[in-house]
Amino acid sequence: MDYSDLIAKLKEGSTRAVARLITILENDINASEAIINSIYKDTGKAYIMGVTGAPGSGKSTFISTITKKFLKKGKKIGIICVDPTSPLTGGALLGDRIRMKENFSLNNVFIRSMANRGQLGGLARATEDTIKILDAYGCDIIIVETVGVGQSEVDIFKSAHTVIVLLVPGMGDDIQAIKAGIMEITDIFAVNKMDLPGADRKVTDIIQMLEMNMNYNYTSENANKNNMKLKQWIPEIVKINSITGENFDTLLDIIEKHKAFMDKLEIYSSYLINRIKSETIQILRYKLTKKVEELIHSNKLIEENISQVVDKSLDPYSMANLIIKLIGLED
Amino acid sequence: MSKQKIIKVLVCKPGLDGHDRGAKVIARALRDAGMEVIYTGLHQTPDDIVNTIIQEDPDAVMLSFLSGAHNTLCPVIMEKLKDQGIDDVLMGVGGIIPEEDKITLEKLGYKGFQGPGTELKEVVEFVRNNLKR
Repeated sequence: MDYSDLIAKLKEGSTRAVARLITILENDINASEAIINSIYKDTGKAYIMGVTGAPGSGKSTFISTITKKFLKKGKKIGIICVDPTSPLTGGALLGDRIRMKENFSLNNVFIRSMANRGQLGGLARATEDTIKILDAYGCDIIIVETVGVGQSEVDIFKSAHTVIVLLVPGMGDDIQAIKAGIMEITDIFAVNKMDLPGADRKVTDIIQMLEMNMNYNYTSENANKNNMKLKQWIPEIVKINSITGENFDTLLDIIEKHKAFMDKLEIYSSYLINRIKSETIQILRYKLTKKVEELIHSNKLIEENISQVVDKSLDPYSMANLIIKLIGLED
Repeated sequence: MSKQKIIKVLVCKPGLDGHDRGAKVIARALRDAGMEVIYTGLHQTPDDIVNTIIQEDPDAVMLSFLSGAHNTLCPVIMEKLKDQGIDDVLMGVGGIIPEEDKITLEKLGYKGFQGPGTELKEVVEFVRNNLKR
Protein backbone atom coordinates (compact mmCIF):
# COMPACT_ATOMS: atom_id res chain seq x y z
CA MET A 1 0.00 0.00 0.00
CA ASP A 2 1.07 3.56 -0.63
CA TYR A 3 1.07 5.96 2.29
CA SER A 4 2.50 8.99 0.53
CA ASP A 5 -0.92 10.61 0.43
CA LEU A 6 -1.39 10.39 4.19
CA ILE A 7 2.19 11.47 4.82
CA ALA A 8 1.76 14.50 2.59
CA LYS A 9 -1.38 15.40 4.53
CA LEU A 10 0.48 14.89 7.81
CA LYS A 11 3.07 17.39 6.72
CA GLU A 12 0.32 19.85 5.87
CA GLY A 13 -0.88 19.47 9.45
CA SER A 14 -3.93 17.24 8.98
CA THR A 15 -5.00 15.80 12.33
CA ARG A 16 -6.96 13.04 10.63
CA ALA A 17 -3.91 11.92 8.70
CA VAL A 18 -1.97 11.70 11.99
CA ALA A 19 -4.71 9.59 13.57
CA ARG A 20 -4.98 7.29 10.57
CA LEU A 21 -1.22 6.80 10.36
CA ILE A 22 -1.09 5.86 14.05
CA THR A 23 -3.83 3.26 13.45
CA ILE A 24 -1.76 1.80 10.62
CA LEU A 25 1.37 1.74 12.79
CA GLU A 26 -0.49 -0.10 15.51
CA ASN A 27 -1.85 -2.76 13.20
CA ASP A 28 0.85 -3.40 10.66
CA ILE A 29 4.58 -3.55 11.36
CA ASN A 30 5.50 -3.74 7.68
CA ALA A 31 3.65 -0.51 7.03
CA SER A 32 5.45 1.08 10.01
CA GLU A 33 8.68 0.49 8.20
CA ALA A 34 7.59 2.38 5.09
CA ILE A 35 6.00 5.21 7.07
CA ILE A 36 8.90 5.80 9.46
CA ASN A 37 11.28 5.61 6.53
CA SER A 38 9.63 8.57 4.86
CA ILE A 39 9.16 10.80 7.91
CA TYR A 40 12.33 10.07 9.88
CA LYS A 41 14.11 13.13 8.49
CA ASP A 42 11.41 15.35 9.97
CA THR A 43 11.74 14.01 13.52
CA GLY A 44 13.97 14.99 16.39
CA LYS A 45 12.54 18.41 17.13
CA ALA A 46 10.07 17.56 19.89
CA TYR A 47 10.82 17.44 23.58
CA ILE A 48 9.65 14.08 24.93
CA MET A 49 8.42 13.76 28.48
CA GLY A 50 7.58 10.44 30.10
CA VAL A 51 5.08 10.30 32.94
CA THR A 52 4.88 7.17 34.98
CA GLY A 53 3.69 6.03 38.38
CA ALA A 54 1.53 3.47 40.14
CA PRO A 55 -2.12 3.05 39.11
CA GLY A 56 -4.12 5.78 40.81
CA SER A 57 -1.17 8.08 41.39
CA GLY A 58 -2.83 10.71 39.21
CA LYS A 59 -0.95 10.47 35.91
CA SER A 60 -3.84 11.48 33.66
CA THR A 61 -4.93 14.37 35.88
CA PHE A 62 -1.31 15.50 36.10
CA ILE A 63 -0.95 15.47 32.32
CA SER A 64 -4.18 17.41 31.92
CA THR A 65 -2.92 20.13 34.29
CA ILE A 66 0.60 20.37 32.89
CA THR A 67 -0.79 20.48 29.35
CA LYS A 68 -2.77 23.58 30.30
CA LYS A 69 0.47 25.18 31.54
CA PHE A 70 2.34 24.32 28.34
CA LEU A 71 -0.53 25.66 26.23
CA LYS A 72 -0.19 29.02 27.96
CA LYS A 73 3.35 29.13 26.63
CA GLY A 74 2.00 28.62 23.13
CA LYS A 75 3.20 25.07 22.70
CA LYS A 76 1.65 22.38 20.53
CA ILE A 77 1.29 19.18 22.51
CA GLY A 78 0.96 15.50 21.69
CA ILE A 79 -0.17 13.06 24.36
CA ILE A 80 0.07 9.27 24.15
CA CYS A 81 -1.69 7.34 26.91
CA VAL A 82 -0.82 3.67 27.17
CA ASP A 83 -3.14 1.28 29.03
CA PRO A 84 -2.86 -2.48 29.47
CA THR A 85 -4.39 -5.08 27.17
CA SER A 86 -6.13 -8.04 28.79
CA PRO A 87 -3.91 -11.11 28.39
CA LEU A 88 -7.02 -13.31 28.25
CA THR A 89 -9.22 -11.63 25.65
CA GLY A 90 -6.87 -9.23 23.87
CA GLY A 91 -9.33 -6.45 24.62
CA ALA A 92 -8.59 -3.25 26.50
CA LEU A 93 -10.45 -0.47 28.25
CA LEU A 94 -8.74 2.85 27.67
CA GLY A 95 -9.94 5.38 30.19
CA ASP A 96 -7.31 8.09 30.36
CA ARG A 97 -9.45 10.56 28.48
CA ILE A 98 -11.94 10.60 31.34
CA ARG A 99 -9.50 12.72 33.35
CA MET A 100 -8.59 14.95 30.44
CA LYS A 101 -11.70 16.92 29.69
CA GLU A 102 -10.32 20.41 29.62
CA ASN A 103 -11.90 21.01 26.20
CA PHE A 104 -8.51 21.24 24.58
CA SER A 105 -8.79 22.52 21.06
CA LEU A 106 -8.01 20.17 18.23
CA ASN A 107 -5.29 22.41 16.82
CA ASN A 108 -2.99 22.49 19.81
CA VAL A 109 -3.48 19.21 21.61
CA PHE A 110 -3.53 15.73 20.12
CA ILE A 111 -4.45 12.96 22.54
CA ARG A 112 -4.20 9.31 21.58
CA SER A 113 -5.08 6.30 23.72
CA MET A 114 -3.13 3.14 23.05
CA ALA A 115 -3.40 -0.41 24.36
CA ASN A 116 -0.03 -2.04 25.08
CA ARG A 117 -1.13 -5.24 23.27
CA GLY A 118 0.80 -7.46 25.63
CA GLN A 119 4.14 -5.73 25.38
CA LEU A 120 6.02 -5.55 28.67
CA GLY A 121 7.92 -2.47 29.78
CA GLY A 122 5.00 -0.06 30.12
CA LEU A 123 4.67 0.99 26.47
CA ALA A 124 3.11 -0.43 23.30
CA ARG A 125 5.14 -1.62 20.32
CA ALA A 126 3.83 1.33 18.32
CA THR A 127 4.56 3.97 20.97
CA GLU A 128 8.05 4.82 19.75
CA ASP A 129 6.81 5.15 16.16
CA THR A 130 3.82 7.22 17.28
CA ILE A 131 6.22 9.62 19.02
CA LYS A 132 7.91 10.07 15.64
CA ILE A 133 4.60 10.73 13.87
CA LEU A 134 3.65 13.40 16.42
CA ASP A 135 7.14 14.86 16.14
CA ALA A 136 6.86 15.12 12.35
CA TYR A 137 3.35 16.55 12.77
CA GLY A 138 4.94 19.45 14.61
CA CYS A 139 4.26 18.86 18.29
CA ASP A 140 6.68 20.86 20.45
CA ILE A 141 6.15 18.64 23.45
CA ILE A 142 5.16 14.98 23.45
CA ILE A 143 3.94 13.54 26.74
CA VAL A 144 3.85 9.77 27.09
CA GLU A 145 1.79 8.29 29.90
CA THR A 146 2.90 4.72 30.56
CA VAL A 147 0.84 1.83 31.86
CA GLY A 148 0.38 2.24 35.62
CA VAL A 149 3.68 0.80 36.72
CA GLY A 150 4.84 -1.62 39.28
CA GLN A 151 8.58 -1.72 39.52
CA SER A 152 9.87 -2.76 36.14
CA GLU A 153 7.93 -0.75 33.56
CA VAL A 154 10.96 1.33 32.71
CA ASP A 155 11.13 1.39 28.89
CA ILE A 156 10.06 5.01 28.80
CA PHE A 157 13.47 6.24 29.93
CA LYS A 158 14.96 5.03 26.66
CA SER A 159 12.66 7.27 24.62
CA ALA A 160 12.04 10.30 26.81
CA HIS A 161 14.25 13.31 27.48
CA THR A 162 12.74 13.71 30.91
CA VAL A 163 11.06 11.06 33.04
CA ILE A 164 8.68 12.25 35.73
CA VAL A 165 7.56 9.70 38.30
CA LEU A 166 4.44 10.42 40.28
CA LEU A 167 4.28 9.16 43.82
CA VAL A 168 1.52 9.61 46.34
CA PRO A 169 1.71 9.92 50.12
CA GLY A 170 1.13 6.80 52.12
CA MET A 171 1.85 4.23 49.42
CA GLY A 172 4.77 1.95 50.17
CA ASP A 173 7.51 2.38 52.72
CA ASP A 174 11.17 3.18 52.21
CA ILE A 175 11.99 -0.40 51.25
CA GLN A 176 9.76 0.04 48.22
CA ALA A 177 11.80 3.09 47.35
CA ILE A 178 15.09 1.22 47.41
CA LYS A 179 13.95 -1.45 44.99
CA ALA A 180 15.61 -1.33 41.63
CA GLY A 181 13.92 -0.23 38.45
CA ILE A 182 11.56 2.66 38.41
CA MET A 183 13.43 4.74 40.99
CA GLU A 184 16.63 4.56 38.99
CA ILE A 185 15.27 5.96 35.75
CA THR A 186 13.64 9.01 37.28
CA ASP A 187 14.71 12.59 36.56
CA ILE A 188 12.01 14.29 38.56
CA PHE A 189 9.97 12.89 41.42
CA ALA A 190 6.61 14.56 41.83
CA VAL A 191 4.80 13.76 45.05
CA ASN A 192 1.23 14.20 43.91
CA LYS A 193 -1.80 14.78 46.16
CA MET A 194 0.40 16.86 48.47
CA ASP A 195 -2.64 17.82 50.53
CA LEU A 196 -2.83 14.27 51.91
CA PRO A 197 -1.01 13.45 55.14
CA GLY A 198 2.38 11.83 54.65
CA ALA A 199 3.60 13.95 51.73
CA ASP A 200 6.63 15.23 53.63
CA ARG A 201 7.44 11.72 54.81
CA LYS A 202 7.37 10.57 51.19
CA VAL A 203 9.81 13.32 50.21
CA THR A 204 12.15 12.27 53.03
CA ASP A 205 11.99 8.65 51.89
CA ILE A 206 12.98 9.65 48.37
CA ILE A 207 15.84 11.86 49.57
CA GLN A 208 17.25 9.04 51.68
CA MET A 209 16.97 6.58 48.83
CA LEU A 210 18.65 8.99 46.43
CA GLU A 211 21.55 9.65 48.80
CA MET A 212 22.23 5.92 48.92
CA ASN A 213 21.97 5.62 45.15
CA MET A 214 24.33 8.51 44.59
CA ASN A 215 27.09 7.02 46.70
CA TYR A 216 26.67 3.70 45.03
CA ASN A 217 26.77 5.08 41.55
CA TYR A 218 29.75 7.32 42.07
CA THR A 219 31.92 4.58 43.50
CA SER A 220 30.86 1.36 41.87
CA GLU A 221 32.66 0.20 38.78
CA ASN A 222 29.70 -1.98 37.99
CA ALA A 223 27.23 0.85 37.76
CA ASN A 224 25.45 0.79 34.45
CA LYS A 225 27.55 2.92 32.15
CA ASN A 226 24.60 3.59 29.90
CA ASN A 227 22.75 5.27 32.67
CA MET A 228 24.60 8.54 32.47
CA LYS A 229 21.59 10.34 33.77
CA LEU A 230 22.12 9.10 37.31
CA LYS A 231 25.73 10.11 37.46
CA GLN A 232 25.34 13.69 36.41
CA TRP A 233 21.80 14.67 37.19
CA ILE A 234 20.60 14.53 40.75
CA PRO A 235 16.86 13.86 40.58
CA GLU A 236 14.77 16.69 41.92
CA ILE A 237 11.74 16.26 44.15
CA VAL A 238 8.66 18.44 44.18
CA LYS A 239 5.33 18.22 45.98
CA ILE A 240 2.35 19.00 43.75
CA ASN A 241 -1.41 19.01 43.64
CA SER A 242 -2.62 18.16 40.12
CA ILE A 243 -6.19 19.23 40.77
CA THR A 244 -5.46 22.74 42.08
CA GLY A 245 -2.24 23.16 40.09
CA GLU A 246 -0.31 24.01 43.26
CA ASN A 247 3.49 24.05 42.82
CA PHE A 248 3.27 23.44 39.08
CA ASP A 249 5.30 26.58 38.43
CA THR A 250 8.14 25.13 40.51
CA LEU A 251 7.78 21.89 38.60
CA LEU A 252 7.95 23.69 35.27
CA ASP A 253 11.17 25.41 36.39
CA ILE A 254 12.65 22.02 37.26
CA ILE A 255 11.58 20.62 33.89
CA GLU A 256 13.28 23.57 32.18
CA LYS A 257 16.41 22.93 34.22
CA HIS A 258 16.45 19.28 33.20
CA LYS A 259 15.83 20.21 29.60
CA ALA A 260 18.81 22.56 29.69
CA PHE A 261 20.87 19.75 31.21
CA MET A 262 19.84 17.36 28.44
CA ASP A 263 20.59 19.97 25.80
CA LYS A 264 24.27 19.92 26.70
CA LEU A 265 25.95 18.46 23.68
CA GLU A 266 27.70 15.46 25.17
CA ILE A 267 24.69 14.46 27.26
CA TYR A 268 22.32 14.82 24.34
CA SER A 269 24.40 12.82 21.91
CA SER A 270 24.90 10.06 24.44
CA TYR A 271 21.11 10.03 25.03
CA LEU A 272 20.49 9.84 21.29
CA ILE A 273 22.96 7.03 20.76
CA ASN A 274 21.46 4.98 23.59
CA ARG A 275 17.97 5.62 22.31
CA ILE A 276 18.84 4.51 18.79
CA LYS A 277 20.61 1.41 20.09
CA SER A 278 17.70 0.30 22.21
CA GLU A 279 15.24 1.03 19.45
CA THR A 280 17.24 -1.01 16.97
CA ILE A 281 17.41 -3.89 19.43
CA GLN A 282 13.65 -3.73 19.80
CA ILE A 283 13.08 -3.82 16.04
CA LEU A 284 15.56 -6.66 15.62
CA ARG A 285 13.99 -8.59 18.46
CA TYR A 286 10.65 -8.35 16.72
CA LYS A 287 11.96 -9.27 13.29
CA LEU A 288 14.20 -12.11 14.43
CA THR A 289 11.49 -13.55 16.65
CA LYS A 290 9.20 -13.64 13.66
CA LYS A 291 11.82 -15.30 11.52
CA VAL A 292 12.62 -17.91 14.16
CA GLU A 293 8.94 -18.61 14.73
CA GLU A 294 8.44 -19.22 11.02
CA LEU A 295 11.50 -21.43 10.89
CA ILE A 296 10.69 -23.48 13.94
CA HIS A 297 7.30 -24.45 12.56
CA SER A 298 8.42 -25.27 9.04
CA ASN A 299 11.99 -26.56 9.01
CA LYS A 300 12.51 -30.33 8.63
CA LEU A 301 15.87 -30.38 10.40
CA ILE A 302 14.49 -28.54 13.40
CA GLU A 303 11.58 -30.96 13.57
CA GLU A 304 13.99 -33.87 13.73
CA ASN A 305 15.95 -32.08 16.43
CA ILE A 306 12.85 -31.43 18.47
CA SER A 307 12.18 -35.15 18.62
CA GLN A 308 15.78 -35.62 19.77
CA VAL A 309 15.18 -33.10 22.54
CA VAL A 310 12.03 -35.00 23.45
CA ASP A 311 13.95 -38.27 23.87
CA LYS A 312 16.75 -36.41 25.70
CA SER A 313 19.52 -37.11 23.19
CA LEU A 314 19.78 -33.36 22.60
CA ASP A 315 19.28 -30.40 24.96
CA PRO A 316 17.36 -27.18 24.19
CA TYR A 317 20.53 -25.03 24.20
CA SER A 318 22.11 -27.16 21.48
CA MET A 319 18.97 -26.86 19.44
CA ALA A 320 18.97 -23.09 19.86
CA ASN A 321 22.55 -23.01 18.59
CA LEU A 322 21.47 -24.99 15.58
CA ILE A 323 18.77 -22.43 14.79
CA ILE A 324 21.30 -19.60 15.13
CA LYS A 325 23.38 -21.45 12.56
CA LEU A 326 20.37 -21.90 10.26
CA ILE A 327 19.57 -18.18 10.16
CA GLY A 328 23.21 -17.39 9.54
CA LEU A 329 23.93 -15.62 12.81
CA GLU A 330 26.70 -17.85 14.05
CA ASP A 331 29.74 -16.06 15.50
CA MET B 1 1.47 -12.43 12.25
CA SER B 2 2.49 -8.93 11.27
CA LYS B 3 -1.01 -7.68 10.53
CA GLN B 4 -3.60 -7.79 13.24
CA LYS B 5 -6.62 -5.59 13.05
CA ILE B 6 -8.17 -5.03 16.43
CA ILE B 7 -11.58 -3.35 16.48
CA LYS B 8 -11.44 -0.01 18.24
CA VAL B 9 -14.64 1.38 19.75
CA LEU B 10 -15.37 4.73 21.35
CA VAL B 11 -18.07 4.72 24.04
CA CYS B 12 -19.49 8.18 24.77
CA LYS B 13 -21.94 9.85 27.11
CA PRO B 14 -23.05 12.98 25.25
CA GLY B 15 -24.72 15.90 26.96
CA LEU B 16 -25.68 16.49 30.57
CA ASP B 17 -26.85 12.96 31.27
CA GLY B 18 -25.07 11.71 34.38
CA HIS B 19 -25.92 8.01 34.34
CA ASP B 20 -23.22 5.88 32.78
CA ARG B 21 -23.76 2.45 34.27
CA GLY B 22 -25.09 1.20 30.92
CA ALA B 23 -22.21 2.73 28.97
CA LYS B 24 -19.71 1.10 31.33
CA VAL B 25 -21.38 -2.31 30.99
CA ILE B 26 -21.25 -1.98 27.20
CA ALA B 27 -17.60 -0.89 27.34
CA ARG B 28 -16.76 -3.87 29.51
CA ALA B 29 -18.61 -6.30 27.22
CA LEU B 30 -16.83 -5.03 24.12
CA ARG B 31 -13.49 -5.22 25.93
CA ASP B 32 -14.18 -8.81 26.92
CA ALA B 33 -14.94 -9.53 23.26
CA GLY B 34 -11.36 -8.56 22.44
CA MET B 35 -11.91 -4.98 21.33
CA GLU B 36 -10.03 -1.88 22.37
CA VAL B 37 -12.56 0.38 24.02
CA ILE B 38 -12.07 4.04 24.83
CA TYR B 39 -14.48 5.43 27.36
CA THR B 40 -14.67 9.21 27.35
CA GLY B 41 -16.47 9.77 30.62
CA LEU B 42 -19.55 11.93 31.18
CA HIS B 43 -20.71 15.25 29.76
CA GLN B 44 -19.23 15.21 26.29
CA THR B 45 -20.20 17.99 23.92
CA PRO B 46 -20.61 17.24 20.20
CA ASP B 47 -17.28 19.01 19.62
CA ASP B 48 -15.56 16.84 22.25
CA ILE B 49 -16.95 13.73 20.62
CA VAL B 50 -15.97 14.67 17.08
CA ASN B 51 -12.48 15.72 18.22
CA THR B 52 -12.06 12.41 20.00
CA ILE B 53 -13.23 10.52 16.90
CA ILE B 54 -10.69 12.40 14.79
CA GLN B 55 -7.80 11.72 17.18
CA GLU B 56 -8.57 8.14 18.18
CA ASP B 57 -9.69 6.96 14.73
CA PRO B 58 -12.13 4.33 16.06
CA ASP B 59 -13.98 1.82 13.89
CA ALA B 60 -17.20 2.33 15.80
CA VAL B 61 -18.75 4.87 18.16
CA MET B 62 -21.45 3.96 20.68
CA LEU B 63 -23.42 6.90 22.03
CA SER B 64 -25.45 6.29 25.17
CA PHE B 65 -28.49 8.45 25.89
CA LEU B 66 -30.83 8.15 28.86
CA SER B 67 -31.77 11.81 29.05
CA GLY B 68 -33.88 12.29 25.93
CA ALA B 69 -31.31 14.65 24.41
CA HIS B 70 -30.67 12.36 21.42
CA ASN B 71 -32.90 14.37 19.09
CA THR B 72 -30.90 17.51 19.84
CA LEU B 73 -27.37 16.11 19.95
CA CYS B 74 -27.34 13.37 17.31
CA PRO B 75 -28.00 15.65 14.32
CA VAL B 76 -25.28 18.06 15.51
CA ILE B 77 -22.73 15.28 15.93
CA MET B 78 -23.51 13.84 12.50
CA GLU B 79 -23.24 17.24 10.86
CA LYS B 80 -19.86 17.92 12.44
CA LEU B 81 -18.65 14.51 11.28
CA LYS B 82 -19.76 15.32 7.74
CA ASP B 83 -17.91 18.65 7.92
CA GLN B 84 -14.78 16.68 8.73
CA GLY B 85 -15.44 14.22 5.91
CA ILE B 86 -15.75 11.29 8.29
CA ASP B 87 -18.12 8.69 6.85
CA ASP B 88 -16.43 5.36 7.53
CA VAL B 89 -17.19 5.06 11.24
CA LEU B 90 -20.11 2.96 12.50
CA MET B 91 -22.29 5.28 14.61
CA GLY B 92 -24.34 3.37 17.16
CA VAL B 93 -26.89 4.81 19.57
CA GLY B 94 -28.19 3.04 22.64
CA GLY B 95 -30.09 3.72 25.84
CA ILE B 96 -33.67 4.99 26.07
CA ILE B 97 -34.73 5.86 22.53
CA PRO B 98 -38.51 5.99 21.76
CA GLU B 99 -39.66 4.04 18.66
CA GLU B 100 -40.63 7.13 16.65
CA ASP B 101 -37.23 8.73 17.25
CA LYS B 102 -35.39 5.66 15.98
CA ILE B 103 -36.70 6.35 12.48
CA THR B 104 -35.38 9.92 12.51
CA LEU B 105 -32.02 8.83 13.86
CA GLU B 106 -31.78 6.01 11.36
CA LYS B 107 -32.29 8.49 8.53
CA LEU B 108 -29.37 10.48 9.92
CA GLY B 109 -27.19 7.39 9.69
CA TYR B 110 -27.32 6.00 13.24
CA LYS B 111 -27.79 2.32 13.95
CA GLY B 112 -28.28 -0.11 16.80
CA PHE B 113 -30.68 1.34 19.39
CA GLN B 114 -29.96 -1.27 22.01
CA GLY B 115 -31.99 -0.48 25.08
CA PRO B 116 -32.19 -1.88 28.60
CA GLY B 117 -32.41 -5.68 28.62
CA THR B 118 -30.35 -6.18 25.46
CA GLU B 119 -28.11 -9.24 25.61
CA LEU B 120 -24.46 -8.20 25.70
CA LYS B 121 -23.51 -10.61 22.94
CA GLU B 122 -26.08 -8.89 20.75
CA VAL B 123 -24.18 -5.61 21.22
CA VAL B 124 -20.88 -7.33 20.39
CA GLU B 125 -22.39 -8.89 17.25
CA PHE B 126 -23.87 -5.53 16.26
CA VAL B 127 -20.44 -3.90 16.31
CA ARG B 128 -18.76 -6.79 14.50
CA ASN B 129 -21.36 -7.04 11.74
CA ASN B 130 -21.89 -3.37 10.97
CA LEU B 131 -18.36 -2.00 10.65
CA LYS B 132 -17.85 0.23 7.65
CA ARG B 133 -14.18 -0.61 7.20
